[in-house]
Amino acid sequence: MRQLTSERTTHPVLIFWIIVGWAGFLLLPWYGIEDFFTFEWLIDGYPFDEDYAPAGFLIAQGEKLWLAPLIIPLVLSLFALGKPKTHPAFSRFLILAGALGFGWLIIQGFAIGIRGFNADWLRALFGDLDDRQFGMGYGALICAASFLFLFTQGIAARGAINGDVFVVSSIGGIVVIVTAFVFFPIAKMLTAAFITEDGGYSAEVFASKFFDDRLWGLGCLSGARCGVAWNSLFLAVLVGLITTVLGLIFALVVTRSGFRHKRALRALTVLPIITPPFVIGLALILLFGLSGSVTVFFADVIGIQPTRWLYGLPGVLIAQTLAFTPIAFLVLIGVVEGVSPSMEEAAQTLRASKWQVFKTISLPLMRPGLANAFLLGFIESMADFGNPLVLGGNFDVLSTEIFFAIVGAQYDQGKAAVLAMVLLCFTLGAFYAQRFWLGKKSYTTVSGKGDSGVHPQMPRALSIPVLALAMLWAVFTMVVYAMIFYGSVVELWGVNNTLTFKHYVTAFSFRIEEAGIRWSGAAWDSFWTTLKIAATAAPLTAIVGLITAYLLTRQTFAGKNAFEFGTMLSFAIPGTVIGVSYILAFNVPPIEITGTGIILVVSFIFRNMPVGVRAGIASMSQLDKSLDESSLTLGANSWQTFRRIILPLLRPAILAALVYSFVRAMTAISAVIFLVSAEYDMATSYIIGRVENNDYGLAIAYSTTLIFVMLAAVGAMQLIVGRTEIGRRMSQSRTNV
Amino acid sequence: MKINSKAAPVSFRNVTKVYGKDVVAVDDINLEIEAGKLVTLLGPSGCGKTTTLRMIAGLEMATKGAIFIGDRDVTLLPATDRDVSMVFQSYALFPHMSVMENVSYGLGFSGFDKSETRDRARQGLELVGLKGYGGRLPSELSGGQQQRVAVARALVLEPQVLLFDEPLSNLDAKLRRQVREDIREIQQNLGLTVVYVTHDQEEALAVSDEIVVMRNAGIAQIGSPRDLYDAPADRFVADFIGEANIIPCEITSVDGDKATIDIAGFHHSLPARGLPVGAAQLAVRPTRLVLGATEGLPMEVKKATYVGSRMEYTLTAPFATLFAVSEDVDTPLDVGATVTVGLARIGPVLLAAG
Ligand SMILES: Nc1ncnc2c1ncn2[C@@H]1O[C@H](COP(=O)(O)OP(=O)(O)OP(=O)(O)O)[C@@H](O)[C@H]1O
Ligand SMILES: [Mg+2]
Repeated sequence: MRQLTSERTTHPVLIFWIIVGWAGFLLLPWYGIEDFFTFEWLIDGYPFDEDYAPAGFLIAQGEKLWLAPLIIPLVLSLFALGKPKTHPAFSRFLILAGALGFGWLIIQGFAIGIRGFNADWLRALFGDLDDRQFGMGYGALICAASFLFLFTQGIAARGAINGDVFVVSSIGGIVVIVTAFVFFPIAKMLTAAFITEDGGYSAEVFASKFFDDRLWGLGCLSGARCGVAWNSLFLAVLVGLITTVLGLIFALVVTRSGFRHKRALRALTVLPIITPPFVIGLALILLFGLSGSVTVFFADVIGIQPTRWLYGLPGVLIAQTLAFTPIAFLVLIGVVEGVSPSMEEAAQTLRASKWQVFKTISLPLMRPGLANAFLLGFIESMADFGNPLVLGGNFDVLSTEIFFAIVGAQYDQGKAAVLAMVLLCFTLGAFYAQRFWLGKKSYTTVSGKGDSGVHPQMPRALSIPVLALAMLWAVFTMVVYAMIFYGSVVELWGVNNTLTFKHYVTAFSFRIEEAGIRWSGAAWDSFWTTLKIAATAAPLTAIVGLITAYLLTRQTFAGKNAFEFGTMLSFAIPGTVIGVSYILAFNVPPIEITGTGIILVVSFIFRNMPVGVRAGIASMSQLDKSLDESSLTLGANSWQTFRRIILPLLRPAILAALVYSFVRAMTAISAVIFLVSAEYDMATSYIIGRVENNDYGLAIAYSTTLIFVMLAAVGAMQLIVGRTEIGRRMSQSRTNV
Repeated sequence: MKINSKAAPVSFRNVTKVYGKDVVAVDDINLEIEAGKLVTLLGPSGCGKTTTLRMIAGLEMATKGAIFIGDRDVTLLPATDRDVSMVFQSYALFPHMSVMENVSYGLGFSGFDKSETRDRARQGLELVGLKGYGGRLPSELSGGQQQRVAVARALVLEPQVLLFDEPLSNLDAKLRRQVREDIREIQQNLGLTVVYVTHDQEEALAVSDEIVVMRNAGIAQIGSPRDLYDAPADRFVADFIGEANIIPCEITSVDGDKATIDIAGFHHSLPARGLPVGAAQLAVRPTRLVLGATEGLPMEVKKATYVGSRMEYTLTAPFATLFAVSEDVDTPLDVGATVTVGLARIGPVLLAAG
């Protein structure tokens, strides 16, 4: 007889969260300590020192008395123990405890800051408070989590989503973190759009900035320059289309052609992803710039006058295509592989020729992948600011405008906010267009029946141009990378071409001394920081992304559309905006993390999560729902089903999410440049600093090193995650990223 | 150790299921399924069979009404908490797990220790005749074998109720017959409560203790195969279960529970089934038409088909076109000949005119 969860009176999950809540309150330092990951506080005055004391000790010493009401919900939660889930008091106590505790945490957090009460009316009401508080620390965070999950367990016991604790808690958790780290900072940022110079609010200010001719001008139709909004839109559509087509081409070559060197091709397409964005721009300049190798060569041999054609739309387009095609490839490879061979075989037996099979079956079944790839390319292009910065010339786009609005002499937060809103509208427009195109069709192709069969090869008429294009692109990519490497081992590019390793030595020298290894190179600090932060962010991003994808594809709940919108939102916001809004939102309590490593980790998680979500959704919508259902009827709960059925079948998506978020964390620049601090300098911002000092050699040498490190990391990750054997027949190509 | 049954009855009380706002998939049905019985849900496509089954499993929640398994009200329990296993039409074998792992999957959640799980899983495989296949992946099995793995995976949990949603529709005719007999045999040996969805009436007649005929989200008739076949409640059921010739007739007199009818001048008496004097319909199975009877309706042979074990005839007359079969394959009737068609003593039933 199956154990019925609804009748048990001991609930391990509940007990766990109650203990966590009490521990957060009584044992851990309530407020943030300078460095989240150090444990000095354990020997430095804990538990009585005001900075390191847990809430319980603070209250006992008569300090921070506004924390005392939290004891009520903590005690309330105890009353739920020993009752079955169906008992009405069970859910009532939990909901009450969770709501009270979480609510009070937020209220006191926003009401009381580093200068006592935050609002004048509070001061008027209660008089001055002679105390103050800092940002939340271990204790406060853990308490908040405990209250949240007590609340969700209460809701689940009420029967929400069939009483499924895992699903309700996941929804609750993701809603809270997305609210805190996406909506809250963006809201803070956007209110800046209405703030006048003297600190008041005005819609006029907003309107004047919004209808600026620099933004919407149509001058390019008559020979002059167009507004930045049109530039961005035009560029993004082009990049989205080209990267999708190229990504599809590579995916087809790898899965459906007799091409021999698939692995090499695969590795090659991944290269641009592991390259810091501006490096491709630099390499293009080295090749095609006014004094670039190719330009000079053509000038000498054929006598073509060197021009500045690269600077502007062509250069940015090439650089972004190079940079974002691999993303499209990663999305499409999963989808192209996922198309069930039996469908294609079925079509073949229905007298469709290879070409007809491809056109009527394979391609339509890849639609979700194609749409996702386009969307990603479009948004990436909109948000990219490294390449337009290096190659843009007079071709201004929204992201660079935002950057200069904030960094430049203007320092106009309002303008940046308005530009960000325009950008957001474009990306959200693309998002809805995609959903409209996909409609409600079902693209499920991995059914629960053990699927055997082999992907047919591409029709000949298709495979020749596809292979040719792939080759051409591959050669181009190789040349670009050869240039990058070459640039790192010459004295001074274009001036003194003697070979040397001195840039590497400056950056990465170390000495072995008695006390151990001494990392004497200039780059080590930022290097270790970057590794640490990327390695922390990647698994967190993958987890959050895949759970979100699971909720979106497999569960129905009220407000699902809003939920999806919220989780995809951060992707549509360029890094610059994220950076600025994070600084605005998180340098004051209750969440005070500016200048720490956490803010970097958090920004990476929410910048890159949508990729995990998209990859997860694309693969999950190809898993037949009867697999989950049969697991449920066999007695697994939704968490066990998620872990034992869905996750193993999703390994390609997990790998994509892990690789992507790790690599993005190492190569990202746009948000990072606002968030780094002296203590937490990242590799990319260090390199940009070198570039600004005209120290190209060191910059390129460092970038090259990063590329190799990431290659190694990607390889290692692939080994760890492995490949799920679902038993297609032998001749299926082995297709690892 | 042996796989036992914890068979329990299932009861639907005024259950309604509405998808979205206005798609009524199941409309206010009442249903009692006895413990240890194999009950089929039979009906045309879209009539709500799968929905009914999924409500027993807990994969869909009833919009209104209550569902009981044993004496427990499970209306609000999710699938995980119900002691019910289901075999899916697509089998839903986990492609990344071996056959053994598939069969052991549910046992792991039922509190069995490792060695017991293994023993039970092995026994389950043996029961369905797949001993020694444990190490294979589902993709390395034939369709019929995959189907039996799915059955074993559900069986080993000793569920209170075992559900099948068109389990045989992916199999060829011969295998279908064999697997359905296997399922029936296992069900009877273990005394399982099984609810079985099909739209193949022959399959339903062959395996069921009881058949629930559904129509338009409701129940048309419940009864044993013989009840349904010999005494269909209405034209829909008569038509759906087996083939039936429907002949319009006139009830000329009713005497107690005997009625006398008139079809184009031919008189016959049979049970009245509560019908009054007036227009009615007569339902006759093809086998219950007696060709060449001394008394009956003169009809013309329109078509004659030899199908090996018997002859099939299409007969016409101004009042009806009938389909009849005859065991006599050696002296077939000629096309165009006229034959007197009589009614067997038992078999033909009266239905209300409609
Ligand atoms: N998820 C759903 N959303 C909306 N309507 C649905 C859904 N599932 C089923 N329906 C509708 O409910 C009705 C009953 O469907 P159900 O699947 O129970 O039919 P069925 O008897 O199993 O048919 P079949 O023999 O074709 O499998 C149908 O009209 C169907 O269109
Ligand atoms: Mg069905």
